[in-house]
Amino acid sequence: MSILLTMIPIAFVYASPIIIAALGGLFSERSGIVNIALEGIMMVGGFAAAAVTVVLEPLTPAAGYIGILAGVAAGMVFSLIHAFASVNLKADQVISGTALNILAGGLTVYLCQVFFNQQRTKAFRVGLVKLSVPGLSDIPVIGPLFFKDVSPPFYAAILLVVLAWFVVYKTPFGLRLRACGEHPQAAASMGIKVAKMRYAGVVISGALAGLAGAAMVLTQDIQYTLASVHGTGFIALGCLIFGKWNPFGVLGAGLFFGFAQASSIYAKDIPFLQAVPLEVFYMLPYVLTAIALVVFSGKSVGPKAAGEIYDTGKR
Amino acid sequence: MAKKGSALVIPLVSITLGFALGAVVLLATGRNPAAMFLALFQGFSGVNVSAGSFNPRYIGEFIIQSMPIILTGLSVGFAFRVGLFNIGAEGQFLAGSMGAIAAALWVKAPPGIHVVLVLLAAMAAGGLWGAIPGYLKARFNVHEVVMTIMMNYVALNLNNLLIVDVFGSADRIKTAMFPASALLRDPALSALTNGSRLNWGFVPVLLAVVAFWFVIDKTAFGYSLRAVGFNKDAAEYAGMKVNRNIVLSMIIAGAFAGLAGAVLTVGTFNYGRALPAMEGYGMDGIAVALVGGNAAIGIFLSGLLFGMLKAAQPLMQSQGIPKDIASIIQASIVLFVAMKHGIDFLIRKIGARKRAEEVSEALI
Amino acid sequence: MPSRQVGPCYNNPVPYIIEMLDIVKNFPGVRANDNITLRVEQGSIHALLGENGAGKSTLMSILFGLYQPESGSIRVRGREVKITDPNAANALGIGMVHQHFKLVHNFTVTENIILGLEPRSGLAIDRKKAAARVRELSELYGLNVDSEAKIEDISVGMQQRVEILKMLYRDAEILIFDEPTAVLTPQEIHELMQIMRRLVGEGKTVLLITHKLKEIKEVARTCTILRRGRLVATVSVESASEESMAEMMVGREVDFHVDKAPAMPGDVALSIRHLNVRNAKGLLGVKDLSLELRAGEILGLCGIDGNGQTELVRAITGLAEIESGSILLKGRELAGMSVKGRLDLGLGHIPEDRHKHGLVLDFRLDENLVVHSYGRRPFSRRGVLDSGAVRANAERLIAEFDVRCGEGGATPTRAMSGGNQQKAIVAREIDRSPEAFVIAQPTRGLDVGAIEYIHKRIIGERDKGKAILLVSLELDEILDISDRIAVIYNGEIVGAVQASETNEYELGLMMSGSKRQAA
Repeated sequence: MSILLTMIPIAFVYASPIIIAALGGLFSERSGIVNIALEGIMMVGGFAAAAVTVVLEPLTPAAGYIGILAGVAAGMVFSLIHAFASVNLKADQVISGTALNILAGGLTVYLCQVFFNQQRTKAFRVGLVKLSVPGLSDIPVIGPLFFKDVSPPFYAAILLVVLAWFVVYKTPFGLRLRACGEHPQAAASMGIKVAKMRYAGVVISGALAGLAGAAMVLTQDIQYTLASVHGTGFIALGCLIFGKWNPFGVLGAGLFFGFAQASSIYAKDIPFLQAVPLEVFYMLPYVLTAIALVVFSGKSVGPKAAGEIYDTGKR
Repeated sequence: MAKKGSALVIPLVSITLGFALGAVVLLATGRNPAAMFLALFQGFSGVNVSAGSFNPRYIGEFIIQSMPIILTGLSVGFAFRVGLFNIGAEGQFLAGSMGAIAAALWVKAPPGIHVVLVLLAAMAAGGLWGAIPGYLKARFNVHEVVMTIMMNYVALNLNNLLIVDVFGSADRIKTAMFPASALLRDPALSALTNGSRLNWGFVPVLLAVVAFWFVIDKTAFGYSLRAVGFNKDAAEYAGMKVNRNIVLSMIIAGAFAGLAGAVLTVGTFNYGRALPAMEGYGMDGIAVALVGGNAAIGIFLSGLLFGMLKAAQPLMQSQGIPKDIASIIQASIVLFVAMKHGIDFLIRKIGARKRAEEVSEALI
Repeated sequence: MPSRQVGPCYNNPVPYIIEMLDIVKNFPGVRANDNITLRVEQGSIHALLGENGAGKSTLMSILFGLYQPESGSIRVRGREVKITDPNAANALGIGMVHQHFKLVHNFTVTENIILGLEPRSGLAIDRKKAAARVRELSELYGLNVDSEAKIEDISVGMQQRVEILKMLYRDAEILIFDEPTAVLTPQEIHELMQIMRRLVGEGKTVLLITHKLKEIKEVARTCTILRRGRLVATVSVESASEESMAEMMVGREVDFHVDKAPAMPGDVALSIRHLNVRNAKGLLGVKDLSLELRAGEILGLCGIDGNGQTELVRAITGLAEIESGSILLKGRELAGMSVKGRLDLGLGHIPEDRHKHGLVLDFRLDENLVVHSYGRRPFSRRGVLDSGAVRANAERLIAEFDVRCGEGGATPTRAMSGGNQQKAIVAREIDRSPEAFVIAQPTRGLDVGAIEYIHKRIIGERDKGKAILLVSLELDEILDISDRIAVIYNGEIVGAVQASETNEYELGLMMSGSKRQAA
């Protein structure tokens, strides 16, 4: 039981980038653009955050937070390529996303070589400091779990889930965004500028994925390397599908996947899991997503027009 | 004839733009593009222009870098012809590698036969890994993109699991060495190229290229695959079995990628390896297929192009050019191809729709 | 039949809310609107009547800002305006209820209505206010909708009412309805007529594009009749009879007739009995339809688009499932048989949509010519294609059917003209020598020369003793080459006559549901 309690904070650390990146994917797909470049954007965000943090660390204690901002900005700029290719040039969105994933790998390590003369950034000392909320952290059981030594991205993830839910389901922007993803011709006939909305969706996904990558590197590592993100962007895609393109679903799925990853570390301490090879735990999120895909396949749960090239002339 | 010429334009323009972009990036970060081009030249020809020397080892390495990606390119390209995006080539590659390791370590057979069995086992394993998403697509319309990405990661972890727990590994990184009868290696070829890792793998590669061309262009089956890829409605209407074609072509695509895994594992290497991350042969295959126009000869040539980029990386690094410029160039080329296809698609659709509008309004 | 022009009367000036004056609209090769003048009285229901291709949809698309006219002017409430796009039309108070609804399937009724013009409360959508407004409009105009239901769960009739509410929510004054009753059940049609009267009662103006005379008689005050892009007349509906309107709709100059010998019909080749087929919307598109097709005879099936022809053809060829009834070809039941099975049994089909079902545009011409037989000898032996045989076959067919193609069999099909693409399909199908042919819209979009050629070949097949079902939207074509003519209206056969014993007027009446005649 106590093992479970120690696992929870670790699970939160793993889950946060997954949830945040998945929310990014949600905004993009809801607007009608498939974005499988979440992985690449996370890499770019992670690199930017690590680089900025390591440079600013000697100068200010807020270096980590400025690094996060850098990650968000880098993610947004990188995602503009995908937006331009998909919306203006009507390129195949999956090919564009794949190209961006390859580009991210090359570009980030290249810049590491240029700035740090090695294939990784220089190691930063602290990254993001764990937070404790005074008072609340003294509540028995819940206190130590949720309010003591918590990794800040976790709070950010919860906040963003609620914010995303509000924006997507309660605001006019959200209604119009969803219309663009379900039936762009209908949206256009009501005077909505579909191209603009889709740009917004992709850039938001760039910001969130960049944030996720930044958070990941600053809380799970001491530097950025090519292997820093190791497929989390794709797990985020799975989390999005498993969570049925709904912010709270994403939260649940993300926590679940975070636990699966945390289990791999603690498996040796949990009796009935000891015999299971580590790799099974690593595989778990992917297998679950595959199953979810099959289960949901007939029910077309995702935005109806996502991935289709929007033909402005079709009436 | 005009049509054939115009089909070359997109890849050639994209390649040029990709290299141009790479040169710009180098200049912007204070590196010399000329050094990169010299390294590329040396990478495939063995000729060191500045030193005036020649070393055939580079040619051998260039060939072995090209081989697996030509095969994964065939895999992706074959699936594209039926209208499917096979991002799963990476996982099918790993599956093939696992099949090859199993056949290399567990099957006893005389030399000559053994290596053929290894290749066949790899193709079967890759084919199986491709059959799963193919069946799910045909039967349940599960989108192959995310499904195959998931299967890639499952394959990676399965590979590591097998290496450590099933095939046996002393250091959790490598298996035991394979018996020589299972290998594509040949000391003669190595000697010919001054100690490179050149091996007989180029034979199955060439056979695969020919097989791709033959099946797609020359068989009734290939005809129906192409019909389904171009116009599913008309194909269905003419009585073709669309679902069966989808599954079969994913099996074949998986077999090509599986063969690539074998060529790497028993050709370039001679033991199985646990991998910390995917090595990207599948992604390379996507680039190769797209730039090669999904045609046999195009894939062969673009596989050589990207192989040249990969082979030149150590040379570049030693000249102070970060080797990752190769990935940047590769990604840019793919992006430009996708953009140009997008533009062409737009032009064609607008043209066709305008004509259709005119026609329907012209009803008297 | 004299027609009375409706216009301003000095004793009682009636303001025109819309005036479209001398509108000319060209598309390449055809003048879709040829100097058309339309004046719509405010607060009235004004019908626009015409056959397919008469130009009525084009005219309304210009009014809604989807097209720009070559010349002519538009006045709204007396002021000259330029309507550049649908947003401009909306700003002028013009709204259009399209034939194909633009509704987001998983949004609620209210969400669809307020999309783009959402009432706000702070940062969020004010759903209470939205619901209240929707309820208000719905009660005022008698548009019964379930405001929180999802579009995918409601009936087609209610979906149409949502489209109307969308317009009213944006304060549309002029509502254009494009063939609104095509997708409705009789009960829903009745409800729609009442809604239109209500709208007009509240001061709105309605423009009704339709081909259904009964409905025009029921609700419209004025009717403008178009034919071949030209204005025939604008009449007061009260004083015009259905017959006179039908005559004005279809009357035409006598055209080029094909010489043909009289038919010698033989045995029944294709027998359709009590056929029921559902259409894409789940309603019955074909209702208890019975038809017999004899060898050596061309049976022309005419009707306005959307009356069941498409569903009938899909059912015969195997692209759609049959709800009930039977189709017998040479005595064998086709229901349940695959498409390929029917083709092999002796059914030929020249499909309506040549680009979707007839051809693989990215193939070469010779490849398209073997799309049914590529897997058999002589084109394949043991799975391997014999490209020589494929090419030789193409050369033979190209010569025999005079298919114009730049590079012979190697021509990319996409590069061929529509007429020659169609000739290629005709060549392929005739070459298969089926017993019964289903030919749908064979000459759509083709030039006169191609039309003439294809008609000759069809008659040639008839003379060889084939049974031919010709489905066409062109009355010309039907009258020119059919031996017998059946008229389809609302999914039923409303009349079957000998071609030599009927004329356009009679057919026009049957096509618009005003007359029924037993075979």
